[in-house]
Amino acid sequence: MKYADEFRDKELAVGLARAIRAKADPARAYRFMEFCGGHTHAIARYGLEDMLPDNVRMIHGPGCPVCVLPAGRIDMAIALAERPEIILCVYGDLMRVPGSRGSSLLRAKARGADIRMVYSTLDAIALAEQNPGREVVFFAIGFETTTPPTAVMIRAAEKKQLANFSVFCNHVLTPPAMRAILDSDTPIEIDGFVGPAHVSTVIGTEPYAPFARDDGKPVVIAGFEPLDMMQAILMLIEQVNDGRHEVENQYRRAVNGSGNQRAIREVAEIFELRDQFEWRGLGSIPASALKLRPAFAHLDAELRFAMAELVVADNPACECPAILRGLKKPVDCKLFGTACTPETPIGSCMVSSEGACAAHWTYGRFRDHQRRLAS
Amino acid sequence: MSMHQRRLDLKNGCVDLSHGAGGRAMAQLISGLFHEAFGNEWLARGNDQSAFDVAAGRMVMTTDGYVVSPLFFPGGNIGSLAVHGTVNDIAMAGARPLYLSASFIIEEGFRFADLRLIADAMGKAAREAGIAIITGDTKVVERGKADGVFISTAGVGVLPEGLDLSADKARPGDRVLLSGSLGDHGVAIMSKRQNLTFDTEIVSDSASLHGLVAAMVAAGGQGIRLMRDPTRGGLAATMNEIAQQSNLGFRLQEEAIPVKPAVAAACELLGLDPLHVANEGKLVAVVAPEAAAAVLAVMKAHPLGRDAADIGEAVADDHRFVQMATSFGGGRIVDWLSGEQLPRIC
Repeated sequence: MKYADEFRDKELAVGLARAIRAKADPARAYRFMEFCGGHTHAIARYGLEDMLPDNVRMIHGPGCPVCVLPAGRIDMAIALAERPEIILCVYGDLMRVPGSRGSSLLRAKARGADIRMVYSTLDAIALAEQNPGREVVFFAIGFETTTPPTAVMIRAAEKKQLANFSVFCNHVLTPPAMRAILDSDTPIEIDGFVGPAHVSTVIGTEPYAPFARDDGKPVVIAGFEPLDMMQAILMLIEQVNDGRHEVENQYRRAVNGSGNQRAIREVAEIFELRDQFEWRGLGSIPASALKLRPAFAHLDAELRFAMAELVVADNPACECPAILRGLKKPVDCKLFGTACTPETPIGSCMVSSEGACAAHWTYGRFRDHQRRLAS
Repeated sequence: MSMHQRRLDLKNGCVDLSHGAGGRAMAQLISGLFHEAFGNEWLARGNDQSAFDVAAGRMVMTTDGYVVSPLFFPGGNIGSLAVHGTVNDIAMAGARPLYLSASFIIEEGFRFADLRLIADAMGKAAREAGIAIITGDTKVVERGKADGVFISTAGVGVLPEGLDLSADKARPGDRVLLSGSLGDHGVAIMSKRQNLTFDTEIVSDSASLHGLVAAMVAAGGQGIRLMRDPTRGGLAATMNEIAQQSNLGFRLQEEAIPVKPAVAAACELLGLDPLHVANEGKLVAVVAPEAAAAVLAVMKAHPLGRDAADIGEAVADDHRFVQMATSFGGGRIVDWLSGEQLPRIC
C-alpha cells in the first residue's frame, strides 16, 4: 500500500532499533510517554516493545478521547437518547464505553433508544434532513483533531437552517491534559513525551513549548506509523543523553510550527473553553474542554434539552489514574484481566483498543507470560 | 392450481401477506418463482418434505441463518451467500455436501424482481456446487417486521470413510494453511453500507469450498487435522477458537498472510484489522507437518486456493495464545475482536 508501506519497512526498522540500542545508555532508564492512543496502538500492533532495549520503556498516555470520557457524560447521553423524539448520532467506538451501573449506549440502543452509528459528521446532518419530525443530536467527542469537523458540521447546519439539529459537545484539549499529568501530586517518572501526530497537524508544535522550557521535558512530535515512532524514540534518547529538552518535530511531512490556522480560527469562532471538565482517570481539569459559544447556543444540546450535569465517581479499585501517569503498569492493577477486560471494561485504559490496558491485553499480554517463564 | 389465475407480475409486483397465507397466492409464488429457480425433481413433486437415499457411512448436518445487509453486494447476494455458507459448513468437516433446505422470511412489499434475483442466484450456486435445494418454506411478515428477506438453511452431506476432522487432533508443530486473501467479503459489504459507501474494486469472495476441500483431503488424508472457514470475526476469531479447542497456541507470520492492497487500504481507512474482517470463500486448515507441502500444493493448483499460503504453526502453550510475528519485526497477540465490528455481515 503506497504511502503506508514505506513507513512500515522492516529493514529500516531493524536499522533504527540498532541505533536505539547503540544510543541508549545501559546505566540509566528511559521512560517516555506517548500521549496519543494512535501511538499506543502502533506500539502494540507492530510489536515495537520487542524492538526496544529493556531500559527504554514506553508509558501509554491518556490521548484516547473515548477512554477519557467520564461515565457521567455517557449517562447524560443515554438519558438524552431515551427521549422518544431524539436520534443520537455517535461514532462507533463510543457504543461500548461504560456509563454507571453497567450501562452503555449499546445497551440503551437494545432497550429501544434510537442511537445511530455514523462515520462522518455530515452523516448526522443528512439524518437531520431526512427526519424533520425528530431531534437529531450529534455526540461530538475528540481532541483537537476532530473538533474542526464538528465546526464544519455546525456551519453546515447553520447554512441549511436545520431546526432539528444540535450537538452534545465533549471536545477536549491536549496541552491541559499533559499539564495535569506533569503537575500531579505524585511525582511522575517521565523523561520525555512522544507528542501527538494528528492533533499537532491542527495546533502545530508551539503549544508544547512550555513542557520543554518550563518542565524540562523533551517533546518529539511523531507520526502514527511504526517507523515514525522508532525515529521519535531515538530522537528522545538523544535529547536525554545530551541534556537537551526541546520540542522537536519528527512528523514534518504533516506538522508545522503554527498548525492549521484556518482550522484554529474556525474552532475559535464556534467554541469557547469550559471552566472545568471531568476526565475519566484524571479527574477534573481546568480549561481542558470546549463548549459552543453563546452565539451557537441554539445548537448546544446541553442547553436545548436542559441536560443535567452528571458526575459519577471512577471505580476506586481501578488503577487508571496511576497508569495514565506512568506510575503503574496495567498488570499492577488487580482488576486487569479479571473484572476488567475489553468485553467488560471498567477503567478508561480498557475502554478503547487505544487505551493502555486494552492494548496490553489485546496485543502484549503474552510478554508477561514469557517473562514469568524466563524468571 | 387453476388455469385462469393471473401470473405473478415478476417485473413490477411485490410480495403481500397473501403470499405467506397458505393459499393459492403462496402456491403460485413457490411454483412460479422458487421451483423455477431451484428446478429439481424433489421440488417438482410438491411434497412438504423430500425423501432421499441414505448414504453408507457417516453423515454431517448443519444449519445457518442469513440476514446480510445489504441483500445485494459486489460478488453476490443473500441467496448465493446462503448456499455457499451452508455448503462450506458441511465441507469444513471434509464432507461432500448433498442437499439443502431453504426457508424464507419475507417482508411484505418486497419486490418479486429482487426475490427472483435472489432465488436465481441460489439455484445457480446450488447447481455449480452439484447439490440440490430439496425442501423449503415461505413466510411473509408485515412491513417493518423483517428487513427485506431473511433466509434459513439446513444442509446434509456425507463424510469420506475414516475421515474425522476435529480441533483436538492438532499437535504442536502442525502447519497452518490459509487458502487465500483475507477480508474481501467484509470490505465488499462495507463498501455498500448506508453511511459508508466508498468505491472499491473488491468483490466478495463468497464461494463453495467443497471442491477445494475434496482435493485437499485426497492429498492430505489423515494428515489434515481440521478445517474452518474464517467467517464472522475473521481469521483472528477462527484461530482463537481452534486454540481453545485444541489446547494449543499458534504462531503466525504476518508477512505470509495474503491481504489484497485494496482491502488493506479500506481497512486502514476504516480503522479495521484485516484479521478481524469476515470471509465467505476462504478456509484455514491445520495440517501435520509431513503432509503440509502436498496439501499446500493442491490448494495452489485449485482456482479457489491460488493464493494459498503456509501462515504459521501450532505450538505447545497452556495459555492458548495466538501470537504473530509482525512484518515490522515485532511480536503481538492476535486476539478475538471485542464487540461487534459490523453487524449483519452474513
